[in-house]
Amino acid sequence: MKTEPITEQLELFGCIQCGKCTGGCPLARKTELNIRSMIYNMLVEPELDVHAHPELWDCTTCFTCVVRCPKDVRPAELIISLRGQLVESGRIPETIGTALMGIFRQGNPNGMAREDRSAWAQGMEIKDARQGCSVLYHVGCIPSYDLRVQPVARALARALTEAGVDFGTLGTDENCCGNEVRRMGEEGLFEMLVEENGELIRSVGADRLVTTSPHCFNTFKNEYGFDDIEVLHYTQLVAELIEQGRLKFTKEVKAKVTYHDPCFLGKQNGVFEEPRAIIKAIPGVELVEMDRNRERSLCCEGGGGRMWVEGTNKEERLAFQRVHEAADTGAEILAVACPFCLLTLVDAVKVQGLEERLKVMDIMEIVNLAL
Amino acid sequence: MDPQPRIGVYICHCGVNIAATVDVKAVAEFAATLPGVTVARDYLYMCSDPGQRLIQEDIKAHNLNRVVVASCSPRMHEPTFRGAGEQAGLNPYLVEMANIREQCAWVHSDRGLATDKAKWLVASVVAKAARLEPLEAREVGVTPEALVIGGGVAGMTAALDIAEAGFPVYLVERSDHLGGRVADLNRIFPTLERVADLLGPLTERVQSHPNITVLLNTEVTQVEGYVGNFEVTVRGVEEPLGVGALVIATGYDVFNPRRKPELGYGQYPNVITSLEMEHRLAAAEESGPEVLAVNGRLPKKVAFIQCVGSRDVQLGHPYCSRVCCMYTAKQSRLVRELLPEAEVTVFYMDVRTFAKGAEEFYDEARKKRVLYRRGMVSEIYRRGERVILAGEDTLLGRPFDFEADLVVLAVGMEPRADAAELSSLLKLPRSSDGFFLEIHPKMRPVDTAVDGVFLAGCCQGPKDIPDTIAQAKAAASSALIPLLRGTVPAESATAVVDVEMCAGCGMCVEVCPYGAADLDALWNVSRINPVLCKGCGACAATCPSKAIRLQHFTPDQVLAQVDALLG
Repeated sequence: MKTEPITEQLELFGCIQCGKCTGGCPLARKTELNIRSMIYNMLVEPELDVHAHPELWDCTTCFTCVVRCPKDVRPAELIISLRGQLVESGRIPETIGTALMGIFRQGNPNGMAREDRSAWAQGMEIKDARQGCSVLYHVGCIPSYDLRVQPVARALARALTEAGVDFGTLGTDENCCGNEVRRMGEEGLFEMLVEENGELIRSVGADRLVTTSPHCFNTFKNEYGFDDIEVLHYTQLVAELIEQGRLKFTKEVKAKVTYHDPCFLGKQNGVFEEPRAIIKAIPGVELVEMDRNRERSLCCEGGGGRMWVEGTNKEERLAFQRVHEAADTGAEILAVACPFCLLTLVDAVKVQGLEERLKVMDIMEIVNLAL
Repeated sequence: MDPQPRIGVYICHCGVNIAATVDVKAVAEFAATLPGVTVARDYLYMCSDPGQRLIQEDIKAHNLNRVVVASCSPRMHEPTFRGAGEQAGLNPYLVEMANIREQCAWVHSDRGLATDKAKWLVASVVAKAARLEPLEAREVGVTPEALVIGGGVAGMTAALDIAEAGFPVYLVERSDHLGGRVADLNRIFPTLERVADLLGPLTERVQSHPNITVLLNTEVTQVEGYVGNFEVTVRGVEEPLGVGALVIATGYDVFNPRRKPELGYGQYPNVITSLEMEHRLAAAEESGPEVLAVNGRLPKKVAFIQCVGSRDVQLGHPYCSRVCCMYTAKQSRLVRELLPEAEVTVFYMDVRTFAKGAEEFYDEARKKRVLYRRGMVSEIYRRGERVILAGEDTLLGRPFDFEADLVVLAVGMEPRADAAELSSLLKLPRSSDGFFLEIHPKMRPVDTAVDGVFLAGCCQGPKDIPDTIAQAKAAASSALIPLLRGTVPAESATAVVDVEMCAGCGMCVEVCPYGAADLDALWNVSRINPVLCKGCGACAATCPSKAIRLQHFTPDQVLAQVDALLG
């Protein structure tokens, strides 16, 4: 592969090789992934054998490198771009291929049947957004199908109903948002999704679009060009409902809770306070912080396609490290606000034998206990 | 004034700058055919001495009463050619320039078309030249006093030089003491002298100088007037202070590392700023290294992080703060001396040691076993009573998790938070980084867009003490020029009002950006102060009664130019 076209396109020439990107990269400590050195290679070598770098699939696109870069070079975009080369060549990890194919065929990375997309809402009365509503709720693939995450979507739907929010969903017509698709390097499929989803979502005419996942939130907010639709993560909407007195708690949840900032919500989109405001508003809850919080939150290792590819990390997983940090605060509940974080951290608690001490819950699930 | 125009036209080759693209001989031949042209020539460099002499000899030999030079932008050489004309007895306003370099040769490649365009430009300026009128050069008097804003090293130095030259100076300082940011430091690089030993005598000289009036605890609230005759209102001083020149020496703010929350400043007692380190080093000299203890223990591993808040596009601080590399070398050396057992590491991306003696000082620091590691720290978090610096050693190509007891953030400089206020008070432009803007970063680093207002020190951009003092002395000597001359030249190509035509509508007062127009209270007609007027022409273009005429750009002159271009 010739390096120059990508170097030009991503304006890598601005890089001063300071090392803040690799220095902050959670995977660089565990695998061969070194984005700073990769950029340097791009600058000084005319050719790069992209197939010689299996560590390209290690990146979680947490974007710490992008946030830290003093020269506005966007290092993670290079990884996405190089993955694009791999996708184009067809030589990609099989599980990545399966996830992309699932999205292409069934609109979700797990390849579950399209007609089952509303299964999460069984027994609930959820309006079809196309009948007209002010808030369009984009449930997302994982909350729609994954049994562990479905309760999060149900809890949110319940809370919105109780607060009297006029909301609806696209039911089985809802489709994958494409955030992970783009980050796995499948730009073509991503563009197709943006076009199709964009048209469908605009046709609803809602003022606001709310998502369960920070990943959907990120792409809708930053990559879809929704000028007339306000894109919100659910924590922003729920915090607003509590603040306005529209969502009232009736029960206490006696628990010490710590909160894990998802990369796509915190670092990448600056939503740090709303999740905390919700947690603090729940009667009986005491919020304790981990040392690494907000801008320094440790990635759970679930983003950027990592839910569907193992990567080369032979060391301890980041999620394992993270649940110990959470347990060290003395918290009984590790609160999250992202379906991927929920799954990786639930798994980590089991593997690390912390089940007796620490329970991983989505903020919405804690809210649900207090309603 | 000779009613018949006798115009000399001079086409410059500018080496190959013009001649490579424009057929200068053809342009000269063409110019010779234009009405009113007596002589037309081309020459290699019109701005050279022989070139200027050529014009002067022609003025005498051919009795020329107008000169047109077709060469570069008037911004470059108009003063040169006006001066040459004046020496030969020609009023400077009878010399006009056609720009066939920047506006023709440099921007075109087709020789035929470029030559045609050069001919039109020359024809147009010749048409104007035929209608030029001589204008009187004017001078206005100067109030022989100066005012300096800011009582730091820059302000004190500038004030002292002006005072020593024999002129009264007001030194306005907002705080209750002189010395500025430097007073906050302990020792300076590269000599390691104590600041107190240097600042004390300087302050003493300023305070006791008979020509200097120090005004503490106050600030400038209003500035009116113009070069030579400013009226400066200072809070708490009853009458406005009349001064001929101003020096701005308001300094900088220190970057607040809370804006980089990933570094944990304000969160961990282990992480401090370089300024806090300066205070601790001062205290350690007084009472021993114990004051350097963190969490009750003397640090065994001390880390310095460079470029905190500097060279960072995301923060809007794209610039280098220019002092951090050297003060870090200084502090790290001092730590090695105070705590010989401690391991001292500096994390950097580039080390910049451009000042005199600086590289040698940096050499010393390394020899004293200050370890320099190339790679910026990305984030800091806690491990027990220590902190972990997460970064990459870019030379090894390996990420590190470096444990340290004490971390010093080398915080940079930023424009003062109140720079915008002073900027609007003085109509002083700022550069995109927020510091006050000099006229030219290389050639005129002390002058500002406001005549008679000069910059000194870090208000113009980060600099160390020697550079600050050099600039302060430059600002002082520039400020002394009008004071010593006693007069300042005033623009002659100003707007004039035909009071018979003026209806007193006041639109000129509204549009004038220099506050030069006002309405005469008695007669209700516009008056234009010829000293304040810069000749921009906004009033002349606005006046609905066509009562205002901008000299040197009169309607018949401008229309003749347009006709020549269209014809």
